[in-house]
Amino acid sequence: MFAYALRRLLFAIPTLLVISFIIFALLDLSPGDPTANLPLTIPAEVREQIRISLGLGEPFHIRYVKWLEQFFVNEPLHLIEQATGWSFGEGQRMRVISWQTRSPVTDLILERLPQTLWVVGLSYLVGILIAIPIGVISAYRQYSWFDQFGTLFSMIGFSAPTFFTGLLFIVIFSVWLGWLPSIYDTNLRVTNAQTLWLQIRQMIMPVMVLALFNAAQLSRFMRASMLDNLGQEYVRTARAKGLRERAVILIHVLRNSLIPVVTVIALGIPTIFGGAIITEQIFRVNGIGQLLITGIQGADIPLVQTLTFMFAVLIVLFNLVADLLYGMLDPRIRYE
Amino acid sequence: MSDASVGAPQIDAPQRSLWSDVWVAFRRHRGAMLGVVIFTAIVLCVVFGPMVYGTDPQFIDVRARNAPPSLVHPMGTDNIGRDIFAQVLQGGRVSMLVGVVAMLISLVIGTLIGVLAGYFRRLDGPLMRMTDLFLALPLLPLLLVAIMLFRDTLRVLFGPEAGIFLLIVFLIGITSWMQTARIVRGDVLALKEREFVLAAKSIGTPSRRIILRHILPNVLSPIMVSATIGVAGAIITESALSFLGLGFPPDFPTWGRLLYDGKDFMTLTPARVLWPGLAISLTVLSINFVGDGLRDALDPRIRGR
Repeated sequence: MFAYALRRLLFAIPTLLVISFIIFALLDLSPGDPTANLPLTIPAEVREQIRISLGLGEPFHIRYVKWLEQFFVNEPLHLIEQATGWSFGEGQRMRVISWQTRSPVTDLILERLPQTLWVVGLSYLVGILIAIPIGVISAYRQYSWFDQFGTLFSMIGFSAPTFFTGLLFIVIFSVWLGWLPSIYDTNLRVTNAQTLWLQIRQMIMPVMVLALFNAAQLSRFMRASMLDNLGQEYVRTARAKGLRERAVILIHVLRNSLIPVVTVIALGIPTIFGGAIITEQIFRVNGIGQLLITGIQGADIPLVQTLTFMFAVLIVLFNLVADLLYGMLDPRIRYE
Repeated sequence: MSDASVGAPQIDAPQRSLWSDVWVAFRRHRGAMLGVVIFTAIVLCVVFGPMVYGTDPQFIDVRARNAPPSLVHPMGTDNIGRDIFAQVLQGGRVSMLVGVVAMLISLVIGTLIGVLAGYFRRLDGPLMRMTDLFLALPLLPLLLVAIMLFRDTLRVLFGPEAGIFLLIVFLIGITSWMQTARIVRGDVLALKEREFVLAAKSIGTPSRRIILRHILPNVLSPIMVSATIGVAGAIITESALSFLGLGFPPDFPTWGRLLYDGKDFMTLTPARVLWPGLAISLTVLSINFVGDGLRDALDPRIRGR
């Protein structure tokens, strides 16, 4: 198991390198010019100096290696320094600087991360909590009205895109009923019961939109996995030795059925951040997704490169986590 | 389940082919039939609707800005007085076309890579590594980035509408073939060991003809299922891109673009987001039901029952 984990980890490195190269090349070879938005009165030689000061004077491969160094060495070291107060070397490191704001990209991301994690993380949790009971009951009472309804619910949840359900929620709950605010206010500080209530109210819609979408997919997996297990011999054995039905379902079958579902959940975590791009745009949550969109609109290449690559790292990482979890949870699976 | 009787006389029918069996099984799937009916209705509306309805989606009725639904404007008008019904019909054409063309591109790439990887052992490793790599790419951010980067170049080359259409269709196509490739490869690997392929090989059939005559017809069913999923996925992706403001230009309606334009006028005219959103959801829902029914109908283990 350990050898397998190590091998997978080593294999992830070339994958990430290739992805980083694709992202870097795609953005770098693009026909855009970062000085294009500057006033036309700037003379050509000054413009050239600006380009060099942005680090664009070097050939492609040197810039790529420098970017790798910034991303894999400088930024992590800086993060460790900030977190622990230690210092490495002389402390003068080239950091990835955003072209729009002139501040380090990592700082921008750290600023936005809490909002995204709160909204997106919570929605994923709520989605799991909705999906598992639905999946269990649908499978246990297969073809009952609950199952039929659950199937329809998950089909609709799966088909209706979040940018429509989100707008629909706003139309119903903000415009028509006026119960919930349609814009997420990040400046809100939770200090007392009243602000806590405001915070909960503004989180309900963004969280529920993503949660319902995730629940729709997960409940299908849960149902299929439960159905697979309900027909197994060990269920009959458990019933035959006189266990209560509740114990059979909730302890024996549920635990075994959760194994594939847990890996699906792990695999889904990075795609959540992708989905968050849209949800954050609907409810104006100023999280990572919105940072990416503003970066794209402003042609802020370092910011977009870093964020895109971060998403890629998450995908590779959680693929690895899912594989390892599967091996750990299911003793029948042995990795060589 | 009155449809069951339809299958009965066919049991004795002399020409009982795979596809007639599949059709019988498909007919029994209520959700799938409903999906077919709704999807056909939407396609007919979108294709012939603009001819029948007659109102130009770009016509500006200045006297009726932000109008509520009425007999003249069944879904109301937008903030500069354009008819929303006409725009939804027109937008549907583009959204559907994007869905179908992007699906075709991704199917061709996916099938090609799947068949090559499954049939030729030497290509299997590199092609599957490439598939894994594509699966690890953060697709939505990359799509957004690619559109931002190449939009202007293509606009110059092919004009504002055709350029962005080609770009979006091509981008969705080359980023959604991976699942098809994996499924096709798996099926080809199994088919390759079957006796009829061995027989074809032993009489000296060249690889190209084995693939075209013996392998491809047998992997048609997973390809058809991925085609339905592909159309639905492409429509959603295009709408998402348009919704983020990085899709088609403003005066060129697609369902996603209409949502994007309408979301700032939700308090005034909620119809502007309801109808296009409903159109997307209903289309995708019906396609997914069709895909579901097709999968069940094509699965011989389920079809027997």
